Formats: sequence, structure tokens, C-alpha cells
Amino acid sequence: MNNEIYLDNSATTKPYDEVIEYVAKVSREFYGNPSSLHTKGIESENLVKKARSQIAQALKVDSKDICFTSGGTESNNLAILGYLKANPRAGKHIITSEIEHPSVLEVYKQLAKDGYRVDFMPVDSDGVIKLDVLKDMISEETSIISIIHTNNETGSVQPIEEICNLRRKLCPNAVIHVDAVQAFGKTVINPTTCNVDLMSFSSHKIHGPKGVGGLYIRKGLRLKPVLIGGGQESALRSGTENVPGICGFGLAAEITFAKLDDNYKKAKELRNHFVKRINETFPDAVVNSPHSASPYIINVSFPNLKSEVLLHHLEQKNIFVSTGSACSSRKAHHSHVLKAMGVSPKYIDGAIRFSLSHSNNIYEMDKTIEALNEIIPIISIKRGGKR
Amino acid sequence: MNKVILVRYGEIILKGLNRPVFEDKLIGNIKSAIFKFGKVKVIKSQGRIYIEPQEENYDFDAVLLKVAKVFGVVSVSPVWKVETDYETIKATSLKMASKLVEEKGYKTFKVETKRGNKRFPMQSPEISADVGGFILENIEGLSVDVKNPDFILYLEVRESTYIYSETIKAQGGMPLGSNGKAMLLLSGGIDSPVAGWMMGKRGVEIEAVHFYSYPYTSERAKQKVIDLARIMAQYCGKIRLHVVPFTEIQLKINDNCPEEQLTIIMRRIMMKIAEQIAEKVNAMALITGESMGQVASQTMQSLYCTDAAVNMPVFRPLIGMDKVEVIEIARRIETFDTSVLPYEDCCTVFVAKHPQTKPKLEKIIKSESVVDFEPLINTAVENTEVIIIKP
Repeated sequence: MNNEIYLDNSATTKPYDEVIEYVAKVSREFYGNPSSLHTKGIESENLVKKARSQIAQALKVDSKDICFTSGGTESNNLAILGYLKANPRAGKHIITSEIEHPSVLEVYKQLAKDGYRVDFMPVDSDGVIKLDVLKDMISEETSIISIIHTNNETGSVQPIEEICNLRRKLCPNAVIHVDAVQAFGKTVINPTTCNVDLMSFSSHKIHGPKGVGGLYIRKGLRLKPVLIGGGQESALRSGTENVPGICGFGLAAEITFAKLDDNYKKAKELRNHFVKRINETFPDAVVNSPHSASPYIINVSFPNLKSEVLLHHLEQKNIFVSTGSACSSRKAHHSHVLKAMGVSPKYIDGAIRFSLSHSNNIYEMDKTIEALNEIIPIISIKRGGKR
Repeated sequence: MNKVILVRYGEIILKGLNRPVFEDKLIGNIKSAIFKFGKVKVIKSQGRIYIEPQEENYDFDAVLLKVAKVFGVVSVSPVWKVETDYETIKATSLKMASKLVEEKGYKTFKVETKRGNKRFPMQSPEISADVGGFILENIEGLSVDVKNPDFILYLEVRESTYIYSETIKAQGGMPLGSNGKAMLLLSGGIDSPVAGWMMGKRGVEIEAVHFYSYPYTSERAKQKVIDLARIMAQYCGKIRLHVVPFTEIQLKINDNCPEEQLTIIMRRIMMKIAEQIAEKVNAMALITGESMGQVASQTMQSLYCTDAAVNMPVFRPLIGMDKVEVIEIARRIETFDTSVLPYEDCCTVFVAKHPQTKPKLEKIIKSESVVDFEPLINTAVENTEVIIIKP
């Protein structure tokens, strides 16, 4: 589709052309099972090795520390459940934030039912955790702390280094798991410099194929697998490797990380421009993403309208965005993230997430403002009875 | 021995001189429901229908379920058909009994015989006792229990003899198409598919109309209605779904009519459009899933106002049912899980905070007169998309 404006890059991204071609080539020519003993198998195994080192280089870690999974959800599940299963003597106290992705939050809710003591860190109006609250929460008993680096709804960024320092002082045995799905390939994150133990990332958020992801595991940390079987991925994640997907992921990481700084600068310019235009054009609108957030994610609330209605009107103009929350008369599902930030329900109902990639430009942002300007007066809910 | 399917039908037996018309309709519906499973002979005999496959490896289990979904069928049984020869009957009965004991672990049984063929020398109780004795002698660990047996072996001695044990209850009702055609207002909620199914069960051919308010509701809401129609089509046969572009009318109502009357005026316009489309396709009535008092637009006064918008009869088969009863049917006909997907006409842009529960018709008509709806209705009808949904 030409002239479409895709601003839903936090949901998924369009794969690079090179990646699509490479995935097709690998599928066609290197169809061997990496576990096979013959040449076909070894060829595939070498391709997976290459991809692993591409990811490892991007994160400045050793290849051996990377485990491939089916994506961010599985990486998060494996990090938390795998660690707790392998370390039954670790304390029964676990900490996470109120604004995690469901693939972390739901795991913790399940663990709470299974007898773990779970603390959920609250956040301030910028969506950032309060370190003094964390300080009070951490105890001798704390075994794992899960924190989302860049929030998928608002882009809020957490002070990972400070969290790691607190851990060092108060509870050196606790491990830190970072959900870096929205940060990987967008900002410099380096698990070794800030002493993170586990870090999740995903391919389709960085213009790679869907259904592939990875988990960084600090050397010496023991995990038990969640998927059990033939012992692939050093017995951490069984199942025949998704060779074409993994290869595409490796290539996407290489391309993305090479341009990371330039892309970040560009995203920041676009974000600043867009936010400025929003504030000028829609005085009633509230930008929920703080200035300190990732420039790739801009969450805006337009009062007196339903975000889903706005989404479909934008879609008619070939502009694609996400809602901040699903609107449904049947169950008022409010975004747990905006709620935790203290956004009032009226503003949650009209929340829209614009998320960027390197391929967006100023012209598209202006077109989007224009479109909003046409749509919003039409769809705003008029208050009062008779008109 | 041949495996055949015995189909029993109910109500249409009671018809008078028209009975063959209904029976032929039913046979036609059965044939079209199962034609893709392979060649069969369908035989009508003495108030029963027999389906005799003409091919090897016929998928009996699938066909039984399929036939059980045909309206007008009361029950179906997988049957072994043998020639009416006593030794053969005995041997086949034993074979069936052994199969059942082996597969289901049954311990007790009895034999029931109906001798329709009076030229056959033995009487029914005599046949039952003798065949039962023969089975007892030959299967270890099985005993007779005439009060509450694990299974009953039925023998029907006619021109041929039919031996069976299992009976699958079907839906009953009247053969589809034996009672004209009606237009169902299909919303995507729980009620309307059930209403359509209930009328279909009474032999009414169903077409459906859906009001689509893109971009106020999502593409998924439309897909959901298509999915619901596809589930209904398994019972009601091919359904023509008329998707009406409704956004403009809703906006007009929203901008020009009093807020507390939005819903009732919208319902009236929906009825008018449905009636026009119904007339076009020779449907003689409308069907809705309304149930007395369920929501503001379904109070006695509101229904009075919506009825007044059209001249056709409006059937509301759920009128006297509680939601729980409707849900029970929705689960049984397998529309429930699709109905409760959360993207119905969700966006409450057009819903008043407190819709009127006791509208007065003359006031509503007065509020409506502010807008000339007729051209809008005509445009909506002209731009209606027809989607043919096959089972």
C-alpha cells in the first residue's frame, strides 16, 4: 500500500526488505534441521550460530548468553518461571511494577496464587517507578525483580541502573529481569554494564520476522526450561529451531543497531515536532508520554471521544495507530498502565498510541495532525441533551 | 448387511393432505445437507426416512450429526439393515450386541421388537425372548434387565429388518422453507442468532440484515456477524446477509434528535430499512431478538413504537424468555462464544446516558420529522452489500 502512514510500530513493524529476502533464501536453500548430523544440518546450525553472534554483538555480550525463543512473551515467561523453578531455595518474595506487559504481569498474578508474596511497584504520573518505594519493598527474601525498560503503551523509561544499585546494596542475591522488548534496537541497553541478569527482546519490533525472540541470560545463572523436549538451545528451550526466523532476526538486529543513534535522533525530532503540534492544535488533548520517555512512543488522550472511533476514522484515511485501551460496552477494559499513572477514566477512554519507526517522516506527522483536525470535531461526544 | 441411517420426523406426520409436500421438503433439505458426503439413496417408507449410502467408506458419524441439525428431524439412528430371515436376524443381533459390549462396556440389556411385517411367522415378544436368549448364551458377563438396561437392542421386522440401539435426538420443528421467508435483524449480540434459529426451526427461511456503522464500529464487528451467520447457516441453510451502511443515518439522528430518543428512533429506522429489503427479496415478516423488558428499547412502550414503524408482522420469538434461557440455547447451537466477542457495536457514541423507557409514539414521530429520513433510507438500501453465506 502506498501513501499509508503506519504509526503502530510498537504493535509490530514492517520487516526490512533485506530481511524478507534473506528469510526466503534460508527457507529455500537451508532447510536442514540444525540437529541433523549431515551437511544440511551443519549448514543450518552455522546460520543459527551466525544469528546468535549478531544478536550478541548488538548487546555486547557473549553468544553463549543468548537463548532464542518464539518471542517476547516466551522470553519473559522463561526468565521468570525458569529462574524460580531452577532456584527453589531463593526467597518467596518477588517484585514487579504495575505497568508491566501482560506477559510479565499475568505470570506474577499466577505466582501470587501459587504462594509467592508479590509486590507491585506503583509509578508516578510520568509512569516511572518510585525508587524509595522499591527500597522499602526489597527484603532479604526477594528473589527476582522484573521491570519493563520501555513501557509499550506510554514509552516511559525506568531507571534500570539505579534499580540494580539498590539491589546490590540491599539484596545482592536477587536477580533482575528486564523486559526490553520496546527498548531493544531503539536505545543503548547493555546488560553487562548495568548488571542485569535476564533481558527479553523480540524480533518483530525491530523489523524482523514474527515468532522469534530472545532472552539474555547472565553467565552462571541457572534456569530450568519451560518447554521440555529434545534439548535444543542448550536444553533451555526445546523444539526445532526456527532457522529462517532466527536468521532474519539476526540480520534485522545488525541493520537496526548500525543506525541506532541516527534513528533515535530522528525519532526524537519527529516526537518533539508532533507533540508540539498536538499541544498547539488540540489544547484539550493531554500527552500521557512524559518528555523523558522513549521518543518512539507517543500516547495522547483526546477527551470526549472513544479512542476506537478515532482509530477507525484515521484508518479510513490510511493512518494506522493503536488505542490506549480496548473500548467495549461489555467490559470496560481500561489500560492498566494509564490507570497506574493516575490518568482519569475520561482521558483513558480517548487514549491513542502513536508509535514511530525510522521510516516515518515529518510530512507524515503533519498529515496525521491534519487528519486529526478533520476527524475530532466530527466524532467528539456532545454533552447535554437536546440540541 | 447394510449400514443405513434411520431418520424419524415428528410434527409433519400430523399434516393432512399436504403431508407429502412437507415430507418432500424435508427429504430435499436432508439431501442438500449431506450431498457432499457422497452418493446416497433416500427412501421414504411408512412415516420414516432411510438414508442408504451408495459408496464404500461412508462417514456415518459426520452425516448423523449433520442430519440431526436439519429442522423437522426428531431423531436419527445408525441402523444395520438385513434381509428378513430369522437366522440372519439372530446372527446380526449378536454381532451388534457384541460390538456394543466391547466398545462401551455394557453389562445389561434387553431386546425390543416391532413386527410390522405380519407375514413373518413369529410374534414380537417371541422374537425378543429368543434373540435375547441367543445373545445371553453367546456373550459372557451380560445379563438381562428389562427395567433399566444399559442398552436396548431394537429389531424392526418389515420388508427388510432394521437392527439398532443408538438414537441421537435432533431438533424437531418444521422443514426449512415450508413456512415462507423472513428477514432477521442480526446485530452480533447473543439474542438475534437465537431468534433466527427459532424461526428457522419453524420452517421459516432466513435472510439477515446487519447495520454497519464503520468507522464507528470496527471491521471485526462485521466479521463477527458473518461468522454468526455461518454458524446459523448450518441449521438454516444458505443465508443471504444484507450489510447496510448505517453511519450517516446514525450521525443525522445524533445531530438532530433529542438524546434520550436516539435509541428508539434508530430502532425505527432500522425496522424501516429491514422492511424495504425484505420486500425486495419477497420476505413476508421481520424477526428480531427482542425480549420483553430486557433493555430500554425493549419495553412495552418502546416495542409499540418500533412496531408502528413498519407494516409487516414482526416476530420476536424470545419475547417471553429470560436471558439465561436464551444463553442456554445460544450455547447449544454454538453461537454463544462468537456472540460474546467484545467488539460488538461497542462504541457508545450514539447511546444516550439515560434512554427513554416509555416513549410516546406521537412525540417520537414529531422528533423524527425534523429530518427527512426517506432519501437517507433509500440510499442506505441501495448501497447495501449482499454477502452469501453457505453452511
